[in-house]
Amino acid sequence: MATSILIVDDSKLARIVVGKAVAAIRPGWERLEAGSAAEALELLDRRDVDVVILDYNMPGQNGLELAEELRQRRPDMPIAVATANIQDEIIARARAANAAFVPKPITEETLRPFLLGASLKLSQSS
Amino acid sequence: MTGVPLALDELELDALTELVNIGVSRAAASLRTMVGEQVFLSVPSLELVSRTKAAVLICERETDNLVAVRQDFDGAFSGQALLIFPEANSLELVRAVTGGIVAEDQAHGLEDEALTETANIVLNQCLATLANMLERPLEMSLPQIVRSEGARLFELGPAAGSDAAVLFLYINFAIHNRNIRGYIAMLMDLPSLEALRSLIRDFIARVIGSETAAL
Repeated sequence: MATSILIVDDSKLARIVVGKAVAAIRPGWERLEAGSAAEALELLDRRDVDVVILDYNMPGQNGLELAEELRQRRPDMPIAVATANIQDEIIARARAANAAFVPKPITEETLRPFLLGASLKLSQSS
Repeated sequence: MTGVPLALDELELDALTELVNIGVSRAAASLRTMVGEQVFLSVPSLELVSRTKAAVLICERETDNLVAVRQDFDGAFSGQALLIFPEANSLELVRAVTGGIVAEDQAHGLEDEALTETANIVLNQCLATLANMLERPLEMSLPQIVRSEGARLFELGPAAGSDAAVLFLYINFAIHNRNIRGYIAMLMDLPSLEALRSLIRDFIARVIGSETAAL
């Protein structure tokens, strides 16, 4: 079965940009989208995904809170938090949740290390 | 940011909000470096209102006097960017940015300087990010302090005349462990908005490229 990646961002444009970068790096992956943490959790109740990439600054639950919640459910899932807000505390909290940190704006170059790492992790665990 | 009767369509508004979000997030990281404490941000609000109404939107949430530092920007599009604080916060800001090395009796004399210096870094970072991502340079004026009663906060001076609608963007921030919070705000006149719109369209085309057709 194809690897699936869930892109969570309140900005539709940002979801398109991330989706495009994912498609360029891992064309075979199934791409799913959610516009908020609540939408993401709802989707994850219905089906499983392999990888998630979360925007930090969203209305409602932010990306770090969502990362922490997802980490509880899925100890091994590759998770990335994306933001231009490179404050030490935010990066530290992402690390504490064992989530990767991807600086915004997202490009193929900035996303590649996370996706390659995620691929590796998934191939090892399968 | 819903219900804004703008000339911008949904994706263009989305792109503008995202651009501002990236700019402000970077600015927050710089502010964090200056004050040594985490800076919390709200999500951006975006409204099409008159300058007077924009001032009311801020003032109705505040009980104390406000002090703002304003920088005008000009280029392919133009407007004003402001960093706004409750006036009572400015001494605390001096303490935060000087890391406590300034004696209390000297701190008062540095309030305006701390305000303008902080605003200069924060506002430049927001505007420079916006300019870079839209690939158009913006000229920025020197920061100027605006102390005025609430409703006149965004007035451009007695000669400005009409109170036409502007695009008003604002974000709340608060500094952890310090009694400092405020707003980052941006106002753009409507003629400017047309120019901005075409730059946003170019930006969207650049970042999503061939997938535009699929929308």
